[in-house]
Amino acid sequence: MTSARPKIDFDAKIPNNVDLAGDRKLQRALERWQPNFLDWWADMGPAVDTKDVYLRTAVDVGRDGWAHFDHVPMNEYRWGVFLSEHDPDRRIAFGEHKGEPVWQEVPGEYRADLQRLIVIQGDTEPASVEQQRFLGATAPSLYDMRNLFQVNVEEGRHLWAMVYLLHAYFGRAGREEADQLLARNSGSDDSPRILGAFNEETPDWLSFFMFTYFTDRDGKYQLGTLKESGFDPLSRTCEFMLKEEAHHMFVGTTGIDRVVRRTAELMADHDTEEVAGAGGIPLTMIQKYINFHYTVSLDLFGNESSTNAANYFTAGLKGRWQEERREDDHQLTDDAGHVDAYKDGQVTHNEVPALLALNQDLRHEYINDCRTGLKRWNRILAKAGIDAELTLPHVGFNRQVGAFAGAHITPEGRVIPESEWMAQKDQWLPTEVDKTHVRSLMHPVLEPGKIAGWIAPPSTGINDKPVDYEYVHFH
Amino acid sequence: MTVLEEPVNDVAADTAESARSEAVPHVDFDTGPERYRHWRFTVDGPTAWVYLDVAEDGGIVPGYELKLNSYDLGVDIELYDLTQRLRFEHPQVRSVVLTSGKDTNFCAGANIRMLAGSSHPWKVNFCKFTNETRNGIEDMTDAGQTWIAALNGTAAGGGYEMALACDRILLVDDRSSAVSLPEVPLLGVLPGTGGLTRVIDKRRVRKDRADVFATRSEGFGGRKAVEWKLVDEAVPRREWDRVVAERAAEAAGASTRPADAQGISLPPLQRTEADGALTYDHVRVTLDREARTATVVVAVPEMTDDPAALHDQGAAHPLLAIVRELDDAILRLRTNELEIGTWLLLTEGSTEHALAADRLLAGHQDDWLVAETTRYLRRVLKRLDVTSRSLIALIEPGSCFAGPFLELALACDRQYMLEGTFEEDEDATLPSGAAAEEPAVVVVTDAQFGTFPMGNGLTRLGSRFYGDDGEGGALETIRARRGEELTGGDADDLGLVTDAPDDIDWTDEIRILLEERASLSPDALTGMEANHRFVGPETMETRIFGRLTAWQNWIFIRPNASGPEGALRKYGTGRKADFDQKRV
Ligand SMILES: [Fe+2]
Ligand SMILES: [Fe+2]
Repeated sequence: MTSARPKIDFDAKIPNNVDLAGDRKLQRALERWQPNFLDWWADMGPAVDTKDVYLRTAVDVGRDGWAHFDHVPMNEYRWGVFLSEHDPDRRIAFGEHKGEPVWQEVPGEYRADLQRLIVIQGDTEPASVEQQRFLGATAPSLYDMRNLFQVNVEEGRHLWAMVYLLHAYFGRAGREEADQLLARNSGSDDSPRILGAFNEETPDWLSFFMFTYFTDRDGKYQLGTLKESGFDPLSRTCEFMLKEEAHHMFVGTTGIDRVVRRTAELMADHDTEEVAGAGGIPLTMIQKYINFHYTVSLDLFGNESSTNAANYFTAGLKGRWQEERREDDHQLTDDAGHVDAYKDGQVTHNEVPALLALNQDLRHEYINDCRTGLKRWNRILAKAGIDAELTLPHVGFNRQVGAFAGAHITPEGRVIPESEWMAQKDQWLPTEVDKTHVRSLMHPVLEPGKIAGWIAPPSTGINDKPVDYEYVHFH
Repeated sequence: MTVLEEPVNDVAADTAESARSEAVPHVDFDTGPERYRHWRFTVDGPTAWVYLDVAEDGGIVPGYELKLNSYDLGVDIELYDLTQRLRFEHPQVRSVVLTSGKDTNFCAGANIRMLAGSSHPWKVNFCKFTNETRNGIEDMTDAGQTWIAALNGTAAGGGYEMALACDRILLVDDRSSAVSLPEVPLLGVLPGTGGLTRVIDKRRVRKDRADVFATRSEGFGGRKAVEWKLVDEAVPRREWDRVVAERAAEAAGASTRPADAQGISLPPLQRTEADGALTYDHVRVTLDREARTATVVVAVPEMTDDPAALHDQGAAHPLLAIVRELDDAILRLRTNELEIGTWLLLTEGSTEHALAADRLLAGHQDDWLVAETTRYLRRVLKRLDVTSRSLIALIEPGSCFAGPFLELALACDRQYMLEGTFEEDEDATLPSGAAAEEPAVVVVTDAQFGTFPMGNGLTRLGSRFYGDDGEGGALETIRARRGEELTGGDADDLGLVTDAPDDIDWTDEIRILLEERASLSPDALTGMEANHRFVGPETMETRIFGRLTAWQNWIFIRPNASGPEGALRKYGTGRKADFDQKRV
């Protein structure tokens, strides 16, 4: 390939541990893709104009390479390509290829399936950047703005990670799919993102924290199953992404912590649950946001019983959460499992072959994980002496995908007629009034160390910097 | 095809089947007149007399006796060889009389015990080869060697189908000899080597009469057979020899073949074989059993476009040698390597050499040997068209897909052409092993525009761009670029190749393609490919290879034919088949 385009100094611009400088194939693919990515970032990335932001950049997979902080202009962020350490002895842990050495190339037989899995995962990464594009303008503090941008650049890097796989292993078809990842846009009428949940705008910071708590956690579980993949480059890519994803969930968890803490303070100060008038977010409203984001995220796990998931498992493409720690034969050909079901107006279970119950299995791992956040927030409430609890709604509540789609089930799990649902749903899910109230609180606070009134300040800063550090510089 | 023969012993048939499915017999297509066990022929002036005289104990595999002049694959391999010898070694022959060397009957068709005891692939391969030989006989008639069936006794099933391939059918009128297609009433299968099709398409028998005929096991003889157009003449015994000789002389008289043509001899092919890999002088086949692929490399050496060289060198001439070797390689792979599901076709040599072959063929069609070589290549290409394997052409630097050799690529299901050259050593693994510094090119010539029609009557380009033949259409655009050396980019733009990856993509694209292909259902691929290859108009040939064969192969696997209670297995046991009566 000769081209008039100036050559990119790959190792300098793109931190990597995949020998980019020595790989003509990758270079050629990235030469074309990288400018398109930068255009996309300019059009669809954070809309707030900043000079530079105190960001962490991954420059290596080791501990040191991981802790590289500096103020950088966002468009000069060095998105890197990293795979976790290579284990030459790694073997496929499950399915019909169990025990065979993992694949370093895409087996042609599974090209289409693997490509699909990577494209679907890859599509969610830039989607969340698009969804959160305007949030910077209403950041409750510079600390929060910085966290938002950190999440955004890392989601951008996750896109790079998936594009790397497509470019390095899927030939021309992979390059075309990589282009499509930039051509689809969240909320676009013509070419929306693949998964419905990623086409909703994230309109306010409460939604952002809920998203990073609940929806990024779905990402964690998807990545966790892909980390088990027999296709080693995918496995290693996902393992590294999981570390970054943990930070996103930290942003969500502590974000909701701080909202709850502030609400508790206001309740104590004003001796009322109705803290809206005092510029806070009432607990009932927080509960509604939990209800919404949790159930939308449950939908992302797909149908309770899934032949796709079974095929992926048998083929060795996508395992279970912590596959290797499980004590069974890792093939499941003769096992049975239970899946949630909704029959004749009753919430019940169906017994199905275990292979068909893998989505349900993963969803349940996820649900258990979500509970830890609820415990945390309730501890905050208890400490503040407030006699109220936040809860996770029933798994059948407000579902659009799977066995409960179309059913009317209360957060407590009671099946009710549609009329009753219509009459009561405003008690359970955010209403226009709720959303308007939350939006009305969203005013930017750009002074270092200052914080908006609806949220408590963080307990510590980033990378041992103080909370009032100037995390973001403006022009 | 098929037959009236003695009872099938169920136990023997079962044993034969299980034994056969374990070990597919290795089939060899080498033979020659001195080795024939089932045929004799004499050449008398412009007429060749061909006698079917099957050796009962000469079956190609054990387990049955070839009674009543019934045949199996071995008998047909000899017939194919015989047609080739008449074409090349006896070019002065203008008419061919096909008759029986037995006193009692002409031919009872394909051997029923062989069929009942054969695995499905064996039956299918056998029928396909038989069909190709029948088509070759019709092709000879078109080329001035007119075949006349002289049925000196009953011709049943495949025996009558053999006669149907001839231009004219004479039946001895002795009040007992008849022609018949007893497959449906007696065996629960079809007269599947062209019988059903040729009766209505070629002989124009009315469909209701064809229905009566094909369900009447004893068939028809004498005047009725003539009246229904099943035969051309019913000849009384006493006039038989005279009339047959007259008809042979008439046919010879109508031919324009040169009387003084000097034949060339077809010596045995030089071939070495090791674990399925075949190496000829110009064609090399290697197998990757794990990947289930065969790589077929056709190396085109230097040659001149002078027909005198073809006459001088005969079978040793590179072009004729390549065609023979390719024919043999296709037949062997097809019959002996059932699990090699994908064939990669490559060429190697200078484009200039390939174009010399093109000029030789294009410029000298009035030379009988050039014409015969062209026809041979045409049939070999048609063999590829009906081969139930995924065919993929890899067009790499050092290849010579030009003129007639470009047809090899166009016969494939897909064509991949390397754009540019292999830049780095580590990538430079040409399957052909050739070192090449110049980018690959292909050259379109007149060979793409009529010399090598497919079974559907269209050229391979015409099939590829079916309907796009108007002004400014793809065919016209390509035609305008005849003789040009087209690069990967050009070929891609013109639609001559599926894709033209560069060296960075090449290895991965091809590897993934092949692995992906190997993971698909072989049956679905066979069906899909056969459907895609034959676009557009139907001909008698496509109806035989498509409709008739597909129905026959379906019936073959149905319990009503091949199940333990099926007609094929119950025939001759004295017991009736027990049919599943549902019509599907
Ligand atoms: Fe992510
Ligand atoms: Fe994330």
